[in-house]
This record gives sequence, C-alpha cells and structure tokens, in this order.
Amino acid sequence: MAVIVGFLTQGGQMLVVLLLAPLLTGVVRKVKARLLRRKGPPLLQPYLDLLRLIRKEAVVAENASWLFRVAPYLIFAATWVAAALVPTFATDLLFSWSADLIAIVALLGSARFFLALAGMDVGTSFGGIGASREVMIASLAEPAMIMVVFTLALIAGSTQLSTVAGYMMSAHVGLRVSLGLALVALIMVAIAENARIPVDNPATHLELTMVHEAMVLEYSGRHLAVIEAASFLKLLLYVSLLCSVFAPWGVVHAGAGPVAYAIGVTVYVVKLAVAGILLAVFEVSIAKMRVFRVPEFLGAALMLALLATLLMFMTRSL
Amino acid sequence: MAVALILICVAALLATGIVAVVLARSLVATSIVYGATSMASALALAVALAQVIGAPGDPSAVILPLGLPWVGAHFRIDALSSLFLVIVNLGGTAASLYGIGYGRHESAPGRVLPFFPAFLAGMNLVVMADDAFSFLLSWEFMSLVSWALVMAHHRVTENARAGYIYLIVASFGTLCLLLAFGLLAGPAGGYGFAEIRGAAHSSVLAAMILALVLLGAGSKAGLVPLHVWLPLAHPAAPSHVSALMSGVMTKVAIYGFIRIVFDLLGQPDWGWSMVLLFFGSVSALIGILSALMQQDLKRLLAFSTIENIGIIFIGLGLALGFRANAMQWAAALALTAALFHVFNHSLFKSLLFLGAGAVLNATGLRDLDRMGGLIHRMPVTAFAFLAGAVAISALPPLNGFVSEWLTFQAVLVSPEVPQWGLKVMVPTAGAMMALSAALVAACFVKVFGIAFLGRPRSTIAAEAKEVDRFSLAAMLLFVALCLLAGLVPGLVIDAIAPAVQLLVGARLPVQAQVPWFSIVPVAEARSSYNGLLVFVFITLSASFVIVLIHRFASRAIRRAPPWDCGFPDPSPATQYSGGSVAQPIRRVFGSLLFLAREQVEMPPPGDTGAARFRVELRDLIWETGYAPIAGIVGFAADRLNRMQFLTIRRYLSLVFLALVGLLLVLVVWL
Repeated sequence: MAVIVGFLTQGGQMLVVLLLAPLLTGVVRKVKARLLRRKGPPLLQPYLDLLRLIRKEAVVAENASWLFRVAPYLIFAATWVAAALVPTFATDLLFSWSADLIAIVALLGSARFFLALAGMDVGTSFGGIGASREVMIASLAEPAMIMVVFTLALIAGSTQLSTVAGYMMSAHVGLRVSLGLALVALIMVAIAENARIPVDNPATHLELTMVHEAMVLEYSGRHLAVIEAASFLKLLLYVSLLCSVFAPWGVVHAGAGPVAYAIGVTVYVVKLAVAGILLAVFEVSIAKMRVFRVPEFLGAALMLALLATLLMFMTRSL
Repeated sequence: MAVALILICVAALLATGIVAVVLARSLVATSIVYGATSMASALALAVALAQVIGAPGDPSAVILPLGLPWVGAHFRIDALSSLFLVIVNLGGTAASLYGIGYGRHESAPGRVLPFFPAFLAGMNLVVMADDAFSFLLSWEFMSLVSWALVMAHHRVTENARAGYIYLIVASFGTLCLLLAFGLLAGPAGGYGFAEIRGAAHSSVLAAMILALVLLGAGSKAGLVPLHVWLPLAHPAAPSHVSALMSGVMTKVAIYGFIRIVFDLLGQPDWGWSMVLLFFGSVSALIGILSALMQQDLKRLLAFSTIENIGIIFIGLGLALGFRANAMQWAAALALTAALFHVFNHSLFKSLLFLGAGAVLNATGLRDLDRMGGLIHRMPVTAFAFLAGAVAISALPPLNGFVSEWLTFQAVLVSPEVPQWGLKVMVPTAGAMMALSAALVAACFVKVFGIAFLGRPRSTIAAEAKEVDRFSLAAMLLFVALCLLAGLVPGLVIDAIAPAVQLLVGARLPVQAQVPWFSIVPVAEARSSYNGLLVFVFITLSASFVIVLIHRFASRAIRRAPPWDCGFPDPSPATQYSGGSVAQPIRRVFGSLLFLAREQVEMPPPGDTGAARFRVELRDLIWETGYAPIAGIVGFAADRLNRMQFLTIRRYLSLVFLALVGLLLVLVVWL
C-alpha cells in the first residue's frame, strides 16, 4: 500500500510540475505586464505557445549535427528528473533517495552542458556568445549553489532533499544567521540560473544583451518547445526548492490522508503564485546589469554561501 | 602466485621492448609490438582483477636475487598494489590496442616501439616493489623511459625543451624520494618495506619525510607549483603515450605518495592535511583555469590532469586529517573518494587523450582554432570524446560525478574535527573544488564545441576521415567503462574497500548489499545516489517526450541555412573561437592569476586594414619560481665555464690550493 501511495505521489508530482510550470511563467509575465501598465498576454499563453510550437515543422540548419536534434530532449529530461525530485506538495517521494541535492544541482549542470553545446553546434556567432556567457555565469553560480547545499546539509545532517525539507518543518530549526545567508545566496543563484533580470532578460531579442535566448536562437518548432518547457520547469524547480526549504508550511508527510494531500496541493499552488508575483515585482524594479557585472553579483552569492558554510563549520547553533 | 604471474608479464613486456629494437624498421613491427604489449597487459590485468575480486586481503610476495646483494628485489601485491595494477594494466591494454592503429602513422617508430612496453613494465614494477631499492630503481626506470617517449619527436624544438625540463624535474623528484627513503630506513638501513613499517619515526623526522615525499611524488603527479613540466611533456609524446602518462603515470605517483604516507610512515600530524588540502585546491583551480586558456588540445588536456590531481589530493588530505583525529569511518570515506577519482581519471583522461590522438591522426591538428565540425566527419570519435567530456565534467550519470560526490560527502562530515585550522580549511577547499568542477564543465564545453561542433575552420578539418577500428575500439572500451563505473559505482567502491581497510583500518559499508545498485556511503538518511536509476529516468522521460511529440504532434523537419538572427555569415571565421569562448572567464579570473591583458589595435577610420586583437597571458609560477633559479644556475654555469679554458699550470695551482685548503679544514676540524 505504502509503495502504491509512493508511486502515485511520485507520478503525481512529475505530472504536477510539468503541468504547473508554464502557468508559473504565465503568472510572472502577466504580473510584469500589469506592473508596466500593459495588458499582457493571457495567463495560459505559455501552454498555447508550446502547443503551437510542437505542431509546427522543425527548421534545422543544414550543417546541424545529431547533437542539435538530441540535445533538447536530453535537456528536458534532465531538468524534468531534477524537478521531479524536489518536494512540492509532499515529502515522501518514492525515488528521492536516487539523487540527493548535489545530484540535482549536477543534473541541472548536465542540462546546461548540452544546451551550451547545442548553441555552438551550428557555428554561428550568436550561439557562441550565448554558450560562452552561459558557462561563465554557471562557473560562479554552480559553486555558490553547492555551498548553499553544504549549508543546508550541515544544518539538517543530510543532503537528501526530502530529509532536509522534513527537518526544516520541525520545530528545532529556529532562526539562524547561516540560513539567512543561504537564502539570499540561493535567491541570487536562482535569478542567474533562470536567466531573469538583472542577469539576463528572458523577453529580450536584443542579441548582444542576451545569454539564454542567444543559445537557442537556431531552434524552432518542437525542439524549441521542448527547450522552452525545460526552462519553465527549471524556474518551477528553483521556486519549489526555495519553498520546500525556506517555507515548508503545508507540505504533506508520508501517510497523511487525502484531505491533507488536497490541502498540500492548494498551499503549493498559492506559494507558486506568491513567488511568481514577487519575482515579477523584483524584475520590474531593477535594471539589467552589464554582462561583466554579473560575476560581481554571483561572486557575492558565492561569498555569502561560503560564509554560511563556514559559520556552520564553526558552530552548529548559528 | 599473482605476483609471479605479473612479473612474468613484465618480463614479457621488457622482452617485447628488446625485440622491438631489432624489428623497428620492418613494416609489421607496429602490429607485432603493440599486439604483444596489449596481450601481456591484458594478462596482467586479468591477474590483477582476479586478485582484487578474488583474494583482496591476501598479499602475495616474491623475492628475486637481483639488485643489492644483501637486500634482493622484493615484490609484493597487497590490496593497494592490486588496485593500481588494475589501473596500470587497463590503461596499458587499451593504449596498446589503440597503438596498433595509431602507431602506423608514426614517423619514427624506432623511437617509440622499444620504449612503450618498457614504460608499462616500469609502472608495473613501481606498483609491485616492496623495498626501497627496487621502488626507486623502477621509479627512475619509469621516468627515463617516459622521457625517451617524450623525446620521440626530438627535432621539434618545443619537444626538446619539454624533455629537458622533464628530465630535470624528474631527477629532482627521484632525489627527494631517495632522501625520503634514506630517512625512512634510518641509520640501521632496513630497506625492505616491512622493516620500514616496523620502525618508529620521530615527529620531526616524519615531517621531513612527508615534505620530501610531497616534493618527489607531487612533482611526478603534477601538483602545483611542481607541475611546470607536465603540460610541456605530456603533449609532446605520441598520443597513446600521452594517455598513459596523464591517465596512468600520474596515478603511479599518487600510489607512491599513498604507499609512503599512509602505509610506511605511520601517523603523520593533522597539520599535514592542511598542507595537502592547500596544494590540492590550488592545483585544482590553477590547473583548470590554465586549461581554459589553452588553444592546444593536448596541452589543455594536460592542464586538466593537474586539476584532477588536485581533487585527488583534496581527498587524500581529508583522509589524512580524519585519520589523525581517529575518525576512521570518515577517513575511509575520503580515501575511497580519492581512490575512486584515481580510477575515474585514469579512464576518462586516457579516453580524451586517445580522442585527441584520433583528431591529430585524422587532421594533423592540435590547434583548436583550426578544427571545427569534426562531429560530421568523425562521428564515433566525436561520440567517444563527448562521453569523456561529460565524464570529466562530473555530470551524472557518468563516473566523474560519483567520485566528486563522494569527496563532497567527505567534506560534509568534517565539522566534527576538533582543530580550528581544519574547520576553516576544509570548507574553503570544498568551495575551491566546487568552483573548479564548474570550470571543468566550461572548459569541456569549449573543447567539444570548438573542435567537434560548428563549421570547419580549415580545409584540413573539412576533409578529415574517421580513424581506424583499433583506435575506435580502444576509445569505446573506455566509454563503456566510464558508463559502467557511473551506473554501478557500488562495484568500484567495494573493489576499493580492501585497500581502504588496509590503509585507514575502516571501510565503507558493503555496497553490493544495498538494493537497486544505490550507493550509501554513511547512512541512507544522510545521503545516497543511484546512477542507474537516474540514467533510466532520463532515458525514459526523454523517450516518452520524443514518442509523444512524434506520434501526436509534428515530426516534419526542414533543412535550411542557419538563421543567425538574419545575418548568416558564410565565412567560418566569424564563429566563436577557442579564445573567444574562454574570454568571459579570462576576464573574470585571468586578470588576477595570469595578469591577462587584452589589446585591440583598430585601424583609423577609413583605413581598410585589419584590426588586431592581442591577448597576453603570463605564467606567474614560472616567472617567480623557476625563472630566477634557472637564471642563477645559468649565471653560475657561465662563471664556471671559464674554468675549462685554463692552462695546465693554473690547473696544477688550483689542485694545490684545494689540497692546502682541505688540509687546513682538517686541522681546524680536529
């Protein structure tokens, strides 16, 4: 019985993240547009975009290799698996033991590796510019993320995300300096990793200022749809991660009744909406940085996270 | 029994080397020599594997009446040796298999064939040696033979310089090891490892020995700042030899370090783990940043070796610190991580060097900026190289990730150490390791993206042909092993466990008993990882999406010219080059570490002349550490050179003065 519930939770979670991810992006876009006093696209526009794209034929550059056509699916699969391992509305994920928080970070690293390669496959200058900037940003964001993981793991005594989330729900966590530092660092990393303002602009088509969009410039049709879906999932993943660690209210434990699950899903959706609105407010209230200011931004994140880890090494109570 | 069998294989290798001297000029020599070498290595590999799997705790020893008459030559295989024998002979088998095809293109086979089997024999002997004399003799043999291989193409000026620097650093390293063994043996002069193990060493003596071993083995392994020879010498050799030097010989150096520090020396002080962590993390960071700045494919791979050696030393440093604090289980975790990384690096670095060799064979190019688009013309090589790149970038589900993951787990258990120094040093080393891991991914995006993707940047690259079957077989063998070690890492951890048990007196729990091939280093509530499941999940979800879209949406595809935002440029020169991919990272890190300077020279408006962009990087370690010493030695040699042109009278008076001087010293002394 427990196994069946586990399978259902895990499967349900995989579907929920897939279904909700475009909605989150839709909310962010809508709120941003409203804040800029535009009407904005409908909330469901990302779904419609995806549907439209997968029905179209894919235009592939003449000299593109097999990697160009395989990469979107690899990127999507790695991101989806990672997103499926982050607790959203319940902690008892059946397969959470197969990859811990470090592995989730590395899975996202795999996705980025193939995305950067796909950007370089056709041999255009924009693909190269995107790939080279993406790896530069990642080379600082990833260690910062690992340091955040270290801090959380030292507080909870485990790198398993379910265990960490479970520990964060318990009473004896309390307010800690290291947690605060880790939170700030994680938010900075999340902004950089998801190509949000001020690091990158997801809506831009001004070539020289873009990173993520430059890498996927050659993609079209179903390939583009899959890559877009992967980036929606990534945003959802980071929001879920932030929620499950720093706002673990309402997450369902193993063995709870169906009512608890219903409440859990509702609370989760509310959390997503709040996070989407906050992100939109943040994005409209700040200007995009120059590319070579990004290392300073992420360097600060790395230092904050390292400081948090050092604090945890010094004393277990801070 | 096992040791005798492997010694027979070594004898066969040496005999092959001698036969090769005779045969070298004939056409069939390449196939015969590499065929024989690969068979001998494969046999030794089988014996070593049988020892690792079958009888790990059962040492086997033999004493040959060679070497010093009162010592003899002791050879012994214990759990640690058998592990490294597997690594040496695995690399040897694959590299010689590769050589059957690659060696046909060799311009001077007589300079490679005799030394290649001898090099393998030397590495086998180092790992089996059980007394100081045989160890040093085999070590020096290994160094000299590899020097001969570095000098295979000695007419290239660069190679001659590389060989010269390698020879100096290698001699210096052996000298340090010689002194270390002298101190280990003590005034009584017990040169057998068993006697050394039994002797007690005072803490001052232990510190001196450890410093000497760090210099001796560290210089061979390529630890910063003793690494200067490595990026020169490894690329200079033929590619399958580069694979052996980077993938295997550096591991033999690590073996020497582990053997002396963890086995022979007893219990060094915890402070030494700080030293190892420091040099390990500095090597990791400087190694990978230097790699990112390179345009030469093989030199880039050699710098990346330095990075990996750094990660291994971080693991060893953690293990040393834990052992000094009697945290045996944590030491076991850290040492398992280090040894796992040793194994992994031997796989993927050999694979990458073989891939670089295949590119070199097909195009004659080592310069990244003239490659491009090779994935179309060398699909199998490209696939193998991509697998190696994913593995070395520590991305799941391949093997590189597992050892990095284990090292991170070892970092995470260290808040329990009592010393404040370690409490600060360990997380810093962890951060440096995380930083270099991310930079490795950047580096290999650059390598694969520039060499194999994009459009060909030269006509040679556009006309490349896939390499021969033997080379491909050797590379695919490594790909399979990388995948296997990544999917079922528990098998490797269990194979390493007896060696760990021997060295730190504890081991990780038996992983074969964990269901579903997961690995659980400490406890399941703490951390676990399952490469197989991650792989299956990724494959399943990717296939699911592909089937779904192709079945229910569109599968139409149209080929068209690249879009490139509406301005496609026909010239492949407009693509990103290796230097431009690395440019953002050079701007972030390079200005500090390499004093990088970029200069743009634009022609005045109206002038149609070419604009120039120049990048200047400086090697601070060479400039501040090595150049002054070289300068002093050169100066002294110039002065002393004058002594060669004196008349006989002056020489006689010098002899007389020297005699008087010595007598005076004697008088004062007594």
